Amino acid sequence: MLGIIRQKMTAGLSPAMRIRPVASALRSYSSAAKEINVREALNSALDEEMSADPKVFLMGEEVGEYQGAYKISKGLLDKYGPERVLDTPITEAGFTGIGVGAAYYGLKPVVEFMTFNFAMQAIDHIINSAAKSNYMSAGQINVPIVFRGPNGAAAGVGAQHSHCYAAWYASCPGLKVLSPYSSEDARGLLKAAIRDPDPVVFLENELLYGESFPVSAEVLDSSFCLPIGKAKVMIEREGKDVTITAFSKMVGFSLKAAEILAKEGISAEVINLRSIRPLDRATINASVRKTNRLVTVEEGFPQHGVGAEICASVIEESFGYLDAAVERIAGADVPMPYAANLERMAVPQVEDIVRAAKRACYRSVPMAAVA
Amino acid sequence: MATAYSPTNFVNPLSINTRSHDKPLFDPLKTTTSFLGSTHKLRPTSLQFNQPDTHRRSAVVAVSDVVKEKKVKSSSNLLITKEEGLELYEDMILGRAFEDMCAQMYYRGKMFGFVHLYNGQEAVSTGFIRLLKKEDSVVSTYRDHVHALSKGVPAREVMSELFGRTTGCCRGQGGSMHMFSKEHNLLGGFAFIGEGIPVATGAAFSSKYRREVLKEADCDHVTLAFFGDGTCNNGQFFECLNMAALWKLPIVFVVENNLWAIGMSHLRATSDPQIYKKGPAFGMPGVHVDGMDVLKVREVAQEAIGRARRGEGPTLVECETYRFRGHSLADPDELRDPDEKARYAARDPITALKKHLIESKLASEAELKAIEKKIEEVVEDAVEFADASPHPARSQLLENVFADPKGFGIGPDGRYRCEDPKFTEGTAHV
Repeated sequence: MLGIIRQKMTAGLSPAMRIRPVASALRSYSSAAKEINVREALNSALDEEMSADPKVFLMGEEVGEYQGAYKISKGLLDKYGPERVLDTPITEAGFTGIGVGAAYYGLKPVVEFMTFNFAMQAIDHIINSAAKSNYMSAGQINVPIVFRGPNGAAAGVGAQHSHCYAAWYASCPGLKVLSPYSSEDARGLLKAAIRDPDPVVFLENELLYGESFPVSAEVLDSSFCLPIGKAKVMIEREGKDVTITAFSKMVGFSLKAAEILAKEGISAEVINLRSIRPLDRATINASVRKTNRLVTVEEGFPQHGVGAEICASVIEESFGYLDAAVERIAGADVPMPYAANLERMAVPQVEDIVRAAKRACYRSVPMAAVA
Repeated sequence: MATAYSPTNFVNPLSINTRSHDKPLFDPLKTTTSFLGSTHKLRPTSLQFNQPDTHRRSAVVAVSDVVKEKKVKSSSNLLITKEEGLELYEDMILGRAFEDMCAQMYYRGKMFGFVHLYNGQEAVSTGFIRLLKKEDSVVSTYRDHVHALSKGVPAREVMSELFGRTTGCCRGQGGSMHMFSKEHNLLGGFAFIGEGIPVATGAAFSSKYRREVLKEADCDHVTLAFFGDGTCNNGQFFECLNMAALWKLPIVFVVENNLWAIGMSHLRATSDPQIYKKGPAFGMPGVHVDGMDVLKVREVAQEAIGRARRGEGPTLVECETYRFRGHSLADPDELRDPDEKARYAARDPITALKKHLIESKLASEAELKAIEKKIEEVVEDAVEFADASPHPARSQLLENVFADPKGFGIGPDGRYRCEDPKFTEGTAHV
């Protein structure tokens, strides 16, 4: 595993390795230089929401005494007691349904899945009893529940622990699907998700938990929230030549790729989707109309993925503005292999994004810098 | 319309028993010896009201002893009063007449899709649900019309929902299998078997949470989860038995064991067909009751609901019952033995209650006939109302997907929060 970290040189896989270029760019824009990692961001968001509203409670495997399988819920059991931080037995279908039933009655459960792979045992409740209930009951019963947990590939965990479910949940009407990248995203979106009166699927990423990002004072404010359904054009990466859309860990890779492209004279605009459903088509299309080229990046499988939907949306709405075929970067169309070198090939890397952006720009040799 | 019930109002049938006081009606530690279930029914037997079978579990023996004794005692010691008896009768007649009308309407094309009828099982719904308060909740399966009616949803609204009209309880968006009513705390209507059980457990959880964490001291709401014999082999059932017993939730798991899951006989699908035995395995009492006798069901229900309300935890009640029609209106129902159907038809719960009411002089033939006529009118009125109701408008298609379509809320000024430019500044009040 350490071998991969040394090879990758990209998104920091441990707190010690920061993305230096990105950090220096961010430091110049934020008002305070405080840095928190995604784990702390999620923990503080949960803490603040639970203290603000006694109806919010957390349930999942190992969230209590073990302090969270990934330590996201550290300290919450001591603070709020076992009635509000529930260690459940290993019964995803059962406790997810219990959460939904409690949400029918106005409580606000946050259901943690150890990974979203295990949520497949509970997906019946996420889709059929949570997502569809407001519609089936014609607005009588809404379900203010949050399903959260790590999604997508980790490092060397094999096929059954590495599946990305963004496309699965995002295809279902009645769900809101969010996927944060930075600490600011994590805090703001989780708080918005908990306050939201509808079911929200909150897809985190295990490898991002330890990564630190600078946050400003307003992010640390306890009423800080981000709107659901709005993507963010990464301020440090506004560009004119190609639009790169990404979510979760791939935003970090895209930013790195944009650095490399900038050296070669290609100015790439990176969009952090944040919200997979509802998808912020307006922002994406506006960006493509400006740059005329699109590269979508995601970690999940290519067929019927998030990138497919973005490409379709852009082709439908901004066809005349496109100067090149849309490019999709996705994970390899195979179950995730275990061997480190194979795994590296199965997940998009920075080089893949750079290559795709260059293909979209019809250039495979560097050009002189353009104004 | 459900009225408030408290178990203490009734003459406690347990007090007229000859059993000693240290044997409670439900003993979680007792294991069973014989099965009063379907294997019995496969042999030709007569009416099952009193069976002097000495091998039976104490719980079931108590129930049938009471019934036996009741027949001998005078009218002052009856299980029910006249008003209660008439109410039970009316509720069961409503269920039966409604379902029969559904069949008619289906074959005339007014109703469509999947329709699952409840004929024959009325004693379970009436016996349990008529004991609940309005705030108690009921979670059901796709066979939910009669549960909705017993819980108090007006017949007009249920019929309109089945016709797919906008005046239905879910404005035509749910349908036969998805009856929801916030007002009457009917939480659905689930098509997947076993899906309602965790939701019911969650509703019970919220009742306990509100009492203990949110400190609403009078919140003692009970939840009933109805499901069938086929569901008892599903993983979610066992997961919830475990968690309900673990956290002592105020829930009653009611198994409507009608012996058939579409065409799959319960005996062919289950390693141990005695479902009530699965309760004690998880630390809750498991009770078996004759689901064709509304009085027996009601007695068991009173005890189980009382347990839940007092905070003593869940109970698993297996009601042995039978559906007179096929699984759904599309089911040709060829696999079930006609003799079995005839045997259960002879135990029709409505005829049994009628006989009991007349024989114990609680009601006269004329009064019962009047009830039947009244219900006939109610059901016909429901059909006329539904027929005359408008279909949903086109704009209704996209409504109600989200409670809050823009995500997280409308601010105090009435505008969507995310449109407020100061939204992310940390000054937005929630």
